[in-house]
Amino acid sequence: MKFEYAPAPESTAIVDIQSEYNLFIDGKFVPSKGGKRFETINPANEKVLSRVTQATSADVDRAVKAATEAHRKTWSKLTGAQRGKYLFRIARILQERAREFAVLESMDNGKPIRETRDTDIPLAAAHFFYHAGWADKLDYAGLGKNPKPHGVVGQIIPWNFPMLMLAWKVAPALATGNTVVLKPAETTPLTALLFAEVCQQADLPKGVVNILTGDGSTGAAIVNHPGINKIAFTGSTEVGKIIAKSVASSKKALTLELGGKGANIIFEDAPIDETVEGIINGIFFNQGHVCCAGSRLLVQENIKDELLEKLKRRMSLIRVGDPLDKNTDLGAINSQAQLMKIRELAESGDAEGAQRWSPQCELPEKGFWFPPTFFTGVSQAHRIAREEIFGPVLSVITFRTPSEAIEKANNTPYGLSAGIWTDKGSRILWSAQQLKAGVIWANTFNKFDPASPFGGYKESGWGREGGRHGLSAYLKGDFS
Amino acid sequence: MRVDVRKTYKLFIGGQFPRSESGRSYELLDAKGNFLANPALASRKDLRDAVVAARGVAEKWASASAFNRSQILYRVAEVMEGRREQFVSEVMAQEGVTKAQATKQVDAAIDLWVWYAGWCDKVPTIFGSTNPVSGSFYNFTTPEPVGVVAVFIDDNSSLLDIVHGVAPVLAGGNVVIAIANEEYPLCAITLSEVIATSDVPGGVVNVLTGRTEELAPWVASHMDIDGVDGSGVEPAAYETLKRDGADNLKRIYSFKAEGSPQRIISFMENKTVWHPIGI
Amino acid sequence: MLLTDSSESSIKSFLKNLSPVDQVGADARAAMLATRSIKTSSKLWAIDTAISMIDLTTLEGADTPGKVTALCTKAVRPDPSDNSVPHVGAVCVYNDMVKVAREHLDNNGGKEIPVAAVSTAFPSGRASLDVKKQDTEDAIASGATEIDMVIDRGAFLSGNLEKVFTEIVCIKEICGDRAHLKVILETGELVTYDNVRRASFLAMAAGADFIKTSTGKVSPAATAPVVLVMLEAVRDYYAMTGKKIGVKPAGGIRTTKDAIKQLVLVNETAGPDWLDPKLFRIGASALLNDLLMQRMKMKSGQYSGRNYVTLD
Repeated sequence: MKFEYAPAPESTAIVDIQSEYNLFIDGKFVPSKGGKRFETINPANEKVLSRVTQATSADVDRAVKAATEAHRKTWSKLTGAQRGKYLFRIARILQERAREFAVLESMDNGKPIRETRDTDIPLAAAHFFYHAGWADKLDYAGLGKNPKPHGVVGQIIPWNFPMLMLAWKVAPALATGNTVVLKPAETTPLTALLFAEVCQQADLPKGVVNILTGDGSTGAAIVNHPGINKIAFTGSTEVGKIIAKSVASSKKALTLELGGKGANIIFEDAPIDETVEGIINGIFFNQGHVCCAGSRLLVQENIKDELLEKLKRRMSLIRVGDPLDKNTDLGAINSQAQLMKIRELAESGDAEGAQRWSPQCELPEKGFWFPPTFFTGVSQAHRIAREEIFGPVLSVITFRTPSEAIEKANNTPYGLSAGIWTDKGSRILWSAQQLKAGVIWANTFNKFDPASPFGGYKESGWGREGGRHGLSAYLKGDFS
Repeated sequence: MRVDVRKTYKLFIGGQFPRSESGRSYELLDAKGNFLANPALASRKDLRDAVVAARGVAEKWASASAFNRSQILYRVAEVMEGRREQFVSEVMAQEGVTKAQATKQVDAAIDLWVWYAGWCDKVPTIFGSTNPVSGSFYNFTTPEPVGVVAVFIDDNSSLLDIVHGVAPVLAGGNVVIAIANEEYPLCAITLSEVIATSDVPGGVVNVLTGRTEELAPWVASHMDIDGVDGSGVEPAAYETLKRDGADNLKRIYSFKAEGSPQRIISFMENKTVWHPIGI
Repeated sequence: MLLTDSSESSIKSFLKNLSPVDQVGADARAAMLATRSIKTSSKLWAIDTAISMIDLTTLEGADTPGKVTALCTKAVRPDPSDNSVPHVGAVCVYNDMVKVAREHLDNNGGKEIPVAAVSTAFPSGRASLDVKKQDTEDAIASGATEIDMVIDRGAFLSGNLEKVFTEIVCIKEICGDRAHLKVILETGELVTYDNVRRASFLAMAAGADFIKTSTGKVSPAATAPVVLVMLEAVRDYYAMTGKKIGVKPAGGIRTTKDAIKQLVLVNETAGPDWLDPKLFRIGASALLNDLLMQRMKMKSGQYSGRNYVTLD
């Protein structure tokens, strides 16, 4: 018998997308000074959702002025408790409007509604809740008495978790007393613009949060604006390095959350079914558009065949398609450009002699799609073992001993995440100690929490987001 | 009259005291302008060798128990104490200060070293955390050394600044390539002799004497250096250091001349580990 | 095959080699599958499928011939007003009610509905092997073609695996080709998922045709993660041996939503082959009425009420 799941689309009636959006500066939506508009599309069907504004340098300047004024006149005059209350308000509004955000995010990004509904938006709200409570307790942040905010913070966020990354950036910045100029990613501006409405709804003082849509040139204008005291960026290592170089000659503080090539290490005694789930979650969560994805599967050679059989079977169950269908597991690739990049890297895997496997799955005609895929016969030298693919593509590499696993896992310029699967406690702790990565998931993967610091070693970035450690990114310590 | 035996000042790399591979040295004058010594003028290749030596022992030093590192660092202070007179005379010669002033600095330097020695096994307690995450997971964060750190020694003082630069980086479990201040190299060389005769494994501390402006670009661009204390680098060169250091996203900081655990944790990475809680 | 012999050491080493189960991961997988949204045509299909898989059960000290015959009538025609509703999978009663049930089914159009008897000193299993054998023999003689036996949890927990194994083998011998054997693990007393997985394999290796979660007398019973772990076990056992073993969750499945979640678990764990009353049953009583009410709602568009389904 066959159990077909009938389509179960989430209704889009809850969202009200305007045909055009202005910029959010000083508490109001205002037209750009000279900026053109550009389209943002639904990557699942290529339909235009809206036209947003390409913010110019002049717009950045206006936003920075508004943020500076807001910092000087209002935000820095409030007590921590008062700031905290605004954050609590925002958190509550996000919870109340959760479904609206989830649907909008799914439409603009292409990720499954199950993920926006169960992960992105609840976690975004949780981030505001968590940081709201910090606002009046900064003396306990481990940075000495009465630590000071930087002032105006420029924040540039990626398209993979648009609303969640906004929360990761804005919540700690506001809690610590900074004001914000934020640029969402070019392909996913809509939830940030909806968040601007939330700021209005919460009566957040004007200018405390400013949201500028645009491409890399807007980002560069923010990075290079002299009125900005600190930059927080999440995105590629390549751009991260450019930003680091750009701010080298300034006094700007900088934190970076960059790329990764996480190793997911499977030992022979791993709880095999949960491990398979962890592998799936590690690389196919959010279409693999995850900087901390477990994109390198390091499997002990003596269980490789059994594991891959189970993995294949499980991958065959992945439901690829309409992101708004509540039963979809793998949604659309976020953009044509990203799809091209994934294809190019996957083809390099073919060309370099690795073996590609994907389950039978029908991909929609319209939109940008890539099936869940793994490569076997991958060596450390292959491009697909070294470069971040940022898509649903897993590279399978074998190892013989724990030491070899660690050596291979660490053999990358990145150092964001790693996974360890074994039933043996001492081996977990040994492996965790050896791995050069900022986040280690043992017998689990891709878990996030506002209380848990997140960030990378080596070329995966500078600083942490979340937890007590994340606060130091937005506060001035007693050293420069 | 006794003809005194003069000292040849050499580099300290991998526990050995080589001359610069370049064969170069430079003339060091004392505070009054008289000849003082011919320290080695380290080259980029000496730097390269020092990085190899440091990297080779980085894991060993990082994985030594914090208590063990603490004891080893305390032992360094003990040996420094035995060389007190030598440090005092070097401080006097280089800075032209009185014996009382020099003694005060040397005492402060040894005491600061002891202070940092005691930090080794406190850092994870003070700067780590357990994090109350949602769901059935145990989650903790612990600081770990970044690896190989180059330290450009500042020029506020001839011994104290060396301790400011080197001790906290070692306390955090990193290995060090100290680039001595060009004008004040003697105490750095003496400290390397102290370290060589204490329990610090060879390669954990490496000392290069020479010109900061010559070595800084090579430090900045070296892809196997993880962190840089640029306190001893001039502002303009510091900007270049930061720019070039971005090629592998080195952790680059400069500090005020004061003891602070911030100097330890600046060269540490926070690692967060998750594990399910279940039966 | 799986065991070199049925000695304690052979059984132990076999079970030890099984992959461990991480509780949090298994819970998370079950919770994720519980988010599947089953609507419209697939819901209707799932309701009918679930009805056909029910082992309609009464296991009370107060059971009487009257109660049992009423149950049997309902088993044959769950909704007297709608002939398109399938009959249930089986009727499940105590040993002494088997004859009553069999006769009533035979005389009322339910010849094809098997009668299952709980056996082996159900629910505790605290009796001698001879008593358990006789209990089983009686049930089969009275017309039971399915035997729901309990394992000796005390023996399992004390490490006397050979005893557990041997009892299953003995009961299986009695069943022969006369009756299907369902082995009740009583997962609520085994507590850990590692134990559930081990006990599942132990039962399958000893000859179970079905593995069943619970007696219904202990809570928790058929939780989603426990069923998940058992479905994984039958899937893996099939991969090892080519033999398909059935799974029967029992206890705590009361609503249509619960039942559909079970079917989703089956579909995405053991696979569609198990979406068959031959390989998946749900031990329940109150569930049937909820399925019927949901079915009426699906057909008519109106919410039904308790007085529109029969209370037997």
